[in-house]
Amino acid sequence: MNSLLSVVIPYWGQSLLRVLGGLVAVLLPAGTIVYVFLFKMMSFMQSRLGPMEAGPQGSLQLFAEVGKWLQKEDIQPTNADKPVFKMAPIIVLMSTFLLVVVVPFGPDAWFTNLETGIFYALAVSSISVLGILMAGWSSANKYSLLGGLRAAGQLIAYELPMVLAVMGVVIQAGTMNLQQIVVAQNAGSMFGINTFGNPYVITQFVGFFVFMIAIQAELTQAPFDMPIAESELVSGYMTEYSGFRFLIFFIGEFATAGVFAMIASTLFLGGWGVPFSWFGWTSMDSVSNWMNIVGPLIVFTKMMVLTFLIMWVRFTYPRFREDQLQRFAWKVLIPVSLVNIMLTAVLKVMF
Amino acid sequence: MAQLPGLLKGLGITFGTMMRTFKNGSNTVQYPHEKETPPIRARGVIALHQDNCTSCMLCSRSCPDWCIYIEAHKELAPPRREGGKPRQVNLLDRFDIDYALCMYCGICVEVCPFDALFWSPEYEYSEPNITDMLHDKTKLSEWMETVPEAPALEVGADKKKK
Amino acid sequence: MTILNDPVPAKLGNRQQLSYIASQAADARLNVELETEGMTLNIGPQHPATHGTLRIIARLDGEQVVWAEPSCGYMHRGYEKLTEVRTFPQVTSLVNRIDWLGSFANEVPFILAAEKLMNVEAPPRAQWIRTILFELSRIANVSLFLGDLGVQMGAITPVFLAFRDREYVLNLIESATGGRFHPNFDRIGGLKDDLPAGWIDETKVVMKKLRNFCDEIETLLFGNEIFQSRTRGIGVIPRDVALQYGLSGANLRASGVDWDLRRDQTIPLAYDKVDFKVWTHPDGDSFARCWIRLQETREATKIVDQLLDGIPSGPVMAKVPKIIKVPEGEAWVSTENPLGEMGYYVVSRGDLGPFRVKIRSASFNNISITPWLLRGVYVPDIITILASLYFILGDIDR
Repeated sequence: MNSLLSVVIPYWGQSLLRVLGGLVAVLLPAGTIVYVFLFKMMSFMQSRLGPMEAGPQGSLQLFAEVGKWLQKEDIQPTNADKPVFKMAPIIVLMSTFLLVVVVPFGPDAWFTNLETGIFYALAVSSISVLGILMAGWSSANKYSLLGGLRAAGQLIAYELPMVLAVMGVVIQAGTMNLQQIVVAQNAGSMFGINTFGNPYVITQFVGFFVFMIAIQAELTQAPFDMPIAESELVSGYMTEYSGFRFLIFFIGEFATAGVFAMIASTLFLGGWGVPFSWFGWTSMDSVSNWMNIVGPLIVFTKMMVLTFLIMWVRFTYPRFREDQLQRFAWKVLIPVSLVNIMLTAVLKVMF
Repeated sequence: MAQLPGLLKGLGITFGTMMRTFKNGSNTVQYPHEKETPPIRARGVIALHQDNCTSCMLCSRSCPDWCIYIEAHKELAPPRREGGKPRQVNLLDRFDIDYALCMYCGICVEVCPFDALFWSPEYEYSEPNITDMLHDKTKLSEWMETVPEAPALEVGADKKKK
Repeated sequence: MTILNDPVPAKLGNRQQLSYIASQAADARLNVELETEGMTLNIGPQHPATHGTLRIIARLDGEQVVWAEPSCGYMHRGYEKLTEVRTFPQVTSLVNRIDWLGSFANEVPFILAAEKLMNVEAPPRAQWIRTILFELSRIANVSLFLGDLGVQMGAITPVFLAFRDREYVLNLIESATGGRFHPNFDRIGGLKDDLPAGWIDETKVVMKKLRNFCDEIETLLFGNEIFQSRTRGIGVIPRDVALQYGLSGANLRASGVDWDLRRDQTIPLAYDKVDFKVWTHPDGDSFARCWIRLQETREATKIVDQLLDGIPSGPVMAKVPKIIKVPEGEAWVSTENPLGEMGYYVVSRGDLGPFRVKIRSASFNNISITPWLLRGVYVPDIITILASLYFILGDIDR
């Protein structure tokens, strides 16, 4: 970020820029996802139009909704464990903000460039389980409790296939640094042809498949939405939340969807980069500076494509039962991704 | 992998519906801006033709939840013929239908022997205050303008019936 | 505690006895140490899955149901009593509201019972139109079930598709009868009015759309592996149990009992003029019940198509007096309603209104099996089983 504007920015300025950038990187995708997919795409899939009144084509509907939620009374159950109850949504949202930190948006447009970036991301993403468990436990509601426990079991079960799916990418790229994974994909070549770089979605399609299923479960979207399961558990761990606190959960849900899609696009679709051969770049250093502006747009586009897949599945499928979900994770996804790791390792050594 | 097709076909249905909505528009109607016309027989609101009403109270008595209130008095009208006896006519003082109670069964319209009550398909008369749902005779008479002609009957119907 | 109350089975051998005692002791220790306690989950009266105000009290062990009982009456409207202070023509407007999704079907058995007492029979044209509207209300009812099934299991799209196509049927009912939900079209001795012009052609188009809708739902839901894994083998009702609990309609046919009042009894409706298949399924699980309903919707569209082709001409009203007085007597008529067998036992003392009406509604009997059926299932399966049993709250509580 130092060289982004070719001026020297003091440390506090950099920090401020990072905070603002983080807010934009979390809230903008969340808002876009809610409007484009939740409001419009879902409505079109059900042959209706969705919100049409607020703004052109209802595009300002989300602001109206946020305004509504902010006005609502902040209800807390009498028997609730108040501090924990208040803290839970913030912890869920916090994990989203911590997650976006490692996503690279351009050659220099990143918040932090950790050497173990993907490791950090996977570790941080499980913080939201704590928030959900806290919400479920502190609400003093049986439905919330069941929802929270289901969420905990589910998120822990799906953490594992996610990690294993990422392993394949890490082996192939030879690094855990997300920035270098992007470079490896775009600078690489496939069977000697380097026109399209080497996006890992082609070589690691099993990993991609497992990763997408795992983030579907991690985001508690249908068909893995038993923790919220509005027809069984009313709203699961969110049952007792209203107003502002519900809004935080809501933002957290869709922002996390966006951030996970960004991470998936970084890991499997080449992230911010375009195939380097197009512009005759060879390595990270030779990438033009304008990629810092175009890069975020490319990430955003890829994120929208992946979120479309997530939401499409969400609006179509009925949900699993809790035990079926666990069985699916342990008996299908984990063996498949283990085999994938083995094959990747063998092929990596061979070539 | 024999499991895949069912799941994929489902995705195809939702995607197809989305594309159809894009192309042909939605099945819903944006209500205050465009309106659907209810069918002719739709039971929207009851209109009163005051001149035909003889305040015989049949409708009021046959109403299942007793939401029609009629008050009338008798008056002497001048005789039809010269030198005849003055006629007795019933004059309607009050004819109220409480739409907050009405269950739109249509029995009152059916029993009316003098064709004083009609159905109109008009439906936009909701009120913020429940007491305003009580329509008096002037308001009920205003609905008369919206009463449509009875529809033609299907082939094979008995034509003798009114 | 269990170790004291449970005598060791006598037939076991020596080593088996020892291991049995050891396992019992281990269980008891586990129970003491973990102090596991059941939890009572109160599903309803206000709960998104009970579509209405049904309350189910479930005693849970973890997520498994140990004991469950439905508790109804939150929406009791006292129709049996209300009918006693109404005249015969007024009753139809009340009983419309029992099963509010297929309301025309509620009127028919009552009118038939009254006609039986008065010894009049509706003219053939009226009977045919009655049957058509009866089947249309079945389609309106069951197509919503097919969509609702998805919502109960977390798929949101099917219900909107169901509302979309159910709308066409409701429009048909409205343009013929004037009422969307509560037609009140049936009269003692016939029908209120004849069909409006052009209705038959419209209906044929709509029936095609509905068959299309059935295909869509079949691919979207029934062909979905997740749906199948959620419903197959869940909530199995064996044939004998179904008969013992007095289930009727699709729930009974899904248990393999070939029983359909449309075919099995002679009532003055036009069912004997059409040929249709009564679907049965040997499994008796939730999937079977849903599948039977899907097939029945298809079958109903075919029945309507056949009836439309052959409506006889003539009057729609028999000769009945203007003021209806039903002679003294008692009559029972039941028909195969969308939810199952619905019947009216009408007792008349020769007055303007009935002396006593006993309403047998299908959902009340269908729901009575839940304590038997819900034992041992998981919480998500409660919802699936309730959805597949398909009840309308108005039909339970009346």
